[in-house]
Amino acid sequence: MYRYDEFDHDFVKARVAEFSDQVARRLAGEITEDQFRPLRLMNGVYLQLHAYMLRIAVPYGTLNSKQLRMLGHIARKYDKGYGHFTTRQNIQFNWPALSDIPAILADLASVEMHAIQTSGNCIRNVTADHFAGAAADEVADPRPYAEILRQWSSVHPEFSFLPRKFKIAVTGAERDRAAIQTHDIGLHLKKNAAGELGFAVYVGGGQGRTPMVAKKIRDFLPEADLLSYCTAILRVYNLYGRRDNKFKARIKILVHETGVEEITRQVEAEWQELKDAELRLPEEDIRAIDAYFAPPPLVDRPEGDEAVKLARLDSKSFSEWLDQNVVTHRHPDYAAVTISLKGIGETPGDATDSQMEAVADIAEKYSFDELRVSHEQNLILPHVARADLKAVYDALVDIGLATANSNLISDIISCPGLDYCALATARSIPVAQEISRRFASLERQREIGELKLKISGCINACGHHHVGHIGILGVEKKGAELYQVTLGGSADENTSVGEIIGRGFSSEEITDAIEQIVETYLGLRLDRNERFIDAFRRVGPAPFKEALYAGEAKAA
Amino acid sequence: MKVLTANRLADGIAVWYTNGGWAETIDHADIAHDKAAEDRLEAIGAKASAANEVVDVNLIDVTVANGTVEAVRLREKIRAAGPTTRNDLGKQARLQAARAA
Repeated sequence: MYRYDEFDHDFVKARVAEFSDQVARRLAGEITEDQFRPLRLMNGVYLQLHAYMLRIAVPYGTLNSKQLRMLGHIARKYDKGYGHFTTRQNIQFNWPALSDIPAILADLASVEMHAIQTSGNCIRNVTADHFAGAAADEVADPRPYAEILRQWSSVHPEFSFLPRKFKIAVTGAERDRAAIQTHDIGLHLKKNAAGELGFAVYVGGGQGRTPMVAKKIRDFLPEADLLSYCTAILRVYNLYGRRDNKFKARIKILVHETGVEEITRQVEAEWQELKDAELRLPEEDIRAIDAYFAPPPLVDRPEGDEAVKLARLDSKSFSEWLDQNVVTHRHPDYAAVTISLKGIGETPGDATDSQMEAVADIAEKYSFDELRVSHEQNLILPHVARADLKAVYDALVDIGLATANSNLISDIISCPGLDYCALATARSIPVAQEISRRFASLERQREIGELKLKISGCINACGHHHVGHIGILGVEKKGAELYQVTLGGSADENTSVGEIIGRGFSSEEITDAIEQIVETYLGLRLDRNERFIDAFRRVGPAPFKEALYAGEAKAA
Repeated sequence: MKVLTANRLADGIAVWYTNGGWAETIDHADIAHDKAAEDRLEAIGAKASAANEVVDVNLIDVTVANGTVEAVRLREKIRAAGPTTRNDLGKQARLQAARAA
């Protein structure tokens, strides 16, 4: 993985020193909150309901075990023993004292981490497929490009005060696991007919109060043009993006209001000015960054097949975990493992200090020291020899992280909601927990099959509800929580925005409503192979509306 | 009825204006029963904010039950207690610990 060079070390160290001074001046009363707020936000520090919150960047979701161990240390020493992994592949701590944050940032810098650009109207943490470098179906590892984008976008003077925040995601496979079409810029790394690497470029996706699926504005952009083309997009946005209305300031609104053709024309025109100048990436620079992401030495471990076969016979629960949480690796003797942070009834995305340390140990021993955070709020061991899968499983059982529910209904994305967040209008974690408990039986979950359920506690949609097969949005109505249900969203290569199914449900009703929707699906699907999303796209909302609301119509 | 709430500058912990200072629980917060009292609390809040003791100062609606102050809105109830999903965290944790002792 990427390692800091001297410049990176100096840059992060200088930032820690600068922000430490700003915190000291704030605590001494030398600067006001109005002066300090933009400074703390540039360093990932929010003020939430109960305390400050610190959001730490995990570039493209990649961590080594030393870094995860440090996150565990921070959770224990400065927080309340746990952290929350987010849909931007980052981690948040919910209780740090402002006075401790300089020490936390110094600790982070010692393991090549920071909290820069995890907030504010700048280019945020670039996300990537969590199976990058391991997936059997990718044309190339997308992370070198994410790293190039990170270097280019870090404290970029022209793009540090954009109309609004800006999010970029990269995938290297046809099957999109990075939700690129829900991003301001989505990049799909692919090869052209000549076998050269480049990107399909999507622009103007986003969630929030106005969900939009990104539009493809270029089918193939040569890799050397990555920065010049992204600069062209950002320039058009920076110039024409609306600054008069926060709710209309994202690039999705600009793309929507301007039209795809015209935006494409503007971007291409801007790009003509830039493409042959200094932003053109030299081949040797790309390959130099590539080298940081060289795959680990995956020696053949052909004994894995037999070992897995025997272990399966020995343990039904291992076998189930294997079927659900383990995916094919590009090396046939290896696999990528999803560590579910969605134990039944647990808070989605939370991990304790000791779990983080134990997972770090497992990664060090069995996954070439490498880990990923997925945007679905799970952890990933990207390179595990099949021969070691049983040992990894046993180690995960010991720390309560072996729930075999990846991609099932209890693998819920949930924002922190009103239990923590100052912007939230309703709670989301308790809803996730209750649904998880209702569907606790893994046998039942497997019978239902792939089902992406996503919950947000306000219209800002941090919980990605718009693109859940089933989405739940919590709002406040007449002083009570009300949960609106959308169906038919998805965040893959066939991205769609879910449609609101009807009137919302109270917190007492919502789990029953979800169960009703699931039962309706089970009753109408063609067979077990027809996933919820496929069935919904085939039949539309009518049968679900009927199941949820028909009784009311008759009563009325 | 309203009380004055904020977060303490140094650690961000939620506090309520009580007996001339900032308490870590809402239970006995000073209540404003009329507009004049609200104005007085607001002035105190503005002063405390200017003195860099607290941030994000707000007047919130409350009721009184069994001699203790309770927030009206769910958001403020959660601020006053802690996450509803973790009884071991926030203000409610102290109550739990006291009960266990």
